[in-house]
Amino acid sequence: MSTIVVKEKDIVIPGEVLAEGLDYLPGDNTYREADTIYSKVLGLVSILGRVVKITALAGPYVPKTGDKIIGKVTDITMNGWRVETETAYSAMLNVKDATTRFIRKEENLSELIAIGDYIVAKIVQVTSQNLIDLAMREPGLHRITSGRIIKINSQKVPRVIGKQGSMISLIKSKTNCEITVGQNGLVWLHGAPAGEWLAEKAVHLIEAKAHTEGLTDKVQQFLEENQKNEL
Amino acid sequence: MIDNSKTIAELAKQNQRLDGRTLHEYRQPIKIETGISWTAEGSAKVQIGSTVVLAGVKLSLEKPYNDTPNEGGITVNAELLPLSSPEYESGPPGPKAIELARVIDRGIREAKAIDMKKLCVTPGEKAWFVIIDIITINDAGNLFDAAGLAALAALRSAHYPLVDSETGAIDYKTKTKERLPIIKEPLPVTVNKISGQFLVDPTSEEEQAYDARLTISSDEKGTISALQKGGEVPLTIADVSAMIDIALEKAKFLRKELTNAVP
Amino acid sequence: MSYKKRLDGRRVDELRPMEAKASVIPNADGSAFFKIGKTTAYAAVYGPRELFPKFLQDPQKGLLRCHYGMMPFSGSGERIRPGNNRRSQEISLVMTKALEPMLDLSAFPNAVVDIFVDLPQTDAGTRCAAISAAAIALADAGIPMKDMVSSVAVGQVAGTVVADLMYDEEAYEGIVSDIPVAMTHNTKEITLLQMDGEISKEDLVQALELARSATEKVYEVQKQALKEKFKGVPEA
Repeated sequence: MSTIVVKEKDIVIPGEVLAEGLDYLPGDNTYREADTIYSKVLGLVSILGRVVKITALAGPYVPKTGDKIIGKVTDITMNGWRVETETAYSAMLNVKDATTRFIRKEENLSELIAIGDYIVAKIVQVTSQNLIDLAMREPGLHRITSGRIIKINSQKVPRVIGKQGSMISLIKSKTNCEITVGQNGLVWLHGAPAGEWLAEKAVHLIEAKAHTEGLTDKVQQFLEENQKNEL
Repeated sequence: MIDNSKTIAELAKQNQRLDGRTLHEYRQPIKIETGISWTAEGSAKVQIGSTVVLAGVKLSLEKPYNDTPNEGGITVNAELLPLSSPEYESGPPGPKAIELARVIDRGIREAKAIDMKKLCVTPGEKAWFVIIDIITINDAGNLFDAAGLAALAALRSAHYPLVDSETGAIDYKTKTKERLPIIKEPLPVTVNKISGQFLVDPTSEEEQAYDARLTISSDEKGTISALQKGGEVPLTIADVSAMIDIALEKAKFLRKELTNAVP
Repeated sequence: MSYKKRLDGRRVDELRPMEAKASVIPNADGSAFFKIGKTTAYAAVYGPRELFPKFLQDPQKGLLRCHYGMMPFSGSGERIRPGNNRRSQEISLVMTKALEPMLDLSAFPNAVVDIFVDLPQTDAGTRCAAISAAAIALADAGIPMKDMVSSVAVGQVAGTVVADLMYDEEAYEGIVSDIPVAMTHNTKEITLLQMDGEISKEDLVQALELARSATEKVYEVQKQALKEKFKGVPEA
């Protein structure tokens, strides 16, 4: 007979027993050995039907095709720009993928995007060695020219965005900032300095409390209290 | 490291900073704790914002230098541990660590903060030599000021180890009640110039954005014992004068923090 | 001279008081502070990150690299000259071997996970403290691990098998053996085993049995440190 040893939203550490018996299935961040399912990371238990998975509360970013990320240009090559993503893997933005307009051969690439510039781009390909190809041809993808970049743990990104983007919309409206969250954990904030600082604090609050309930209310309360002071 | 230099420079023009502080404000919390290493003769841990630095004092008995037979000695060493920042690698101290050590050293040495003659045990034969090791735990900017506070707190709280009167051997495990002969208390304050404005206690991001910096060590009387300019942009005499004024005022503030923590 | 009562009054299976805290170094991807008796250690994990030199890169998985260091003022006598020495290189190596078996770095080809451990003060059990601190830091960093690794020294002091030797016990007159051990939690498999001194096979086996419960005590402290992060305790 199978037993589940933990309950929903329990915090577990690597190696902790989650379930015994073959009726349960090992989901993300878990593994099975003999009849027992164990956690592989520090995180929250999540049980959906028979699948037990762990939502990691920290961890490295694993690049995926389709992800929108923010990165910094570190080099310009013959074919485009090399982009640092704050991960173990570098990314390339090819000239032909950078904009929708045609770029002539003689054009100075650094006038389009210079070394040191941050960009919002989309991952179009990830090789088996985790090398990343980027593109910047869609709306919402662009070079960043103002505002500030902050860094959060990539595992907290879903909480910062919220269900249907509800959390990010809340912060945007209360701080009057444009906010773009890269899946790799880099976040772009753009507004009045005080608004940006308030948004930054709100994002870090979410990061710190990502494992708790009622987070949207907490963030709303935080923003409203501080809105009076700052803005 | 995240690079917000352009925005930092823009905000500075308007007397603003990324984290909402005023230009002359230090981060909070500022915490100073001593006795964090029982193996050191004196030790301290200083936190400014999220920058954390340790300092440890070790004493040994050596033969005095030939040109100063009646004096002991002091050396300051600094290590930027790789554990304190993704920017640092294992290996011998690089230019940044060496500059940090020498600036703190100069501040203490030139202020004649320690009475070197009182360190002498037997002229020409034996004197106490003091080595201060500054070790970074989390580098979030402004290592100079944090290290200066830590070094001073460690010196202030240090005790001589017991020396066997017959054999002259040092029993490091037993500390006496005697403290080091500290007669002045120099503290460094680093003032940064960004977009023509002066600010103190830079974060690591602000350190990437500065045009120039000036570290000023001063004692309780406001006497300046060391200066160090860094950065690529020149400073005018008016700049230097203004930066010194700021540093002297901020040194008073830091000194009060130190006295509260290490009476 | 036999050793019946321990110098600090502990029972033979009792460890010195321990303390641990996770996420103490904001710049790091994961970090910890671990204390056992008067030995303390800071551990920081950086990675997975790009690995240099390139020839060390493994296209199948990420690499683990441990770097152990003692702060110049952390020795019980004179100042220790900073820099790598043979002892710290050896400890770095055995630390890596103690932790590697539990890590799953298959998702990070060509990358490296660097662990730096530095000790502000010491009183024996240093490599064990380093491993225990590093394991907390790895979990804090969200690096996938099959199980935690917990480490403590066991040994024999003049005929008595004890857990967690202090410096004065290691230096005790008579026949002493100091056995640093690291064990996984679920299966109690050994990932670090070293020995200095002299011991009979029977005593050694007895010491290893003692290690099972001793490492379990370390595990409880490590688990507590990781879970405490989320209990709404304000940041220190």
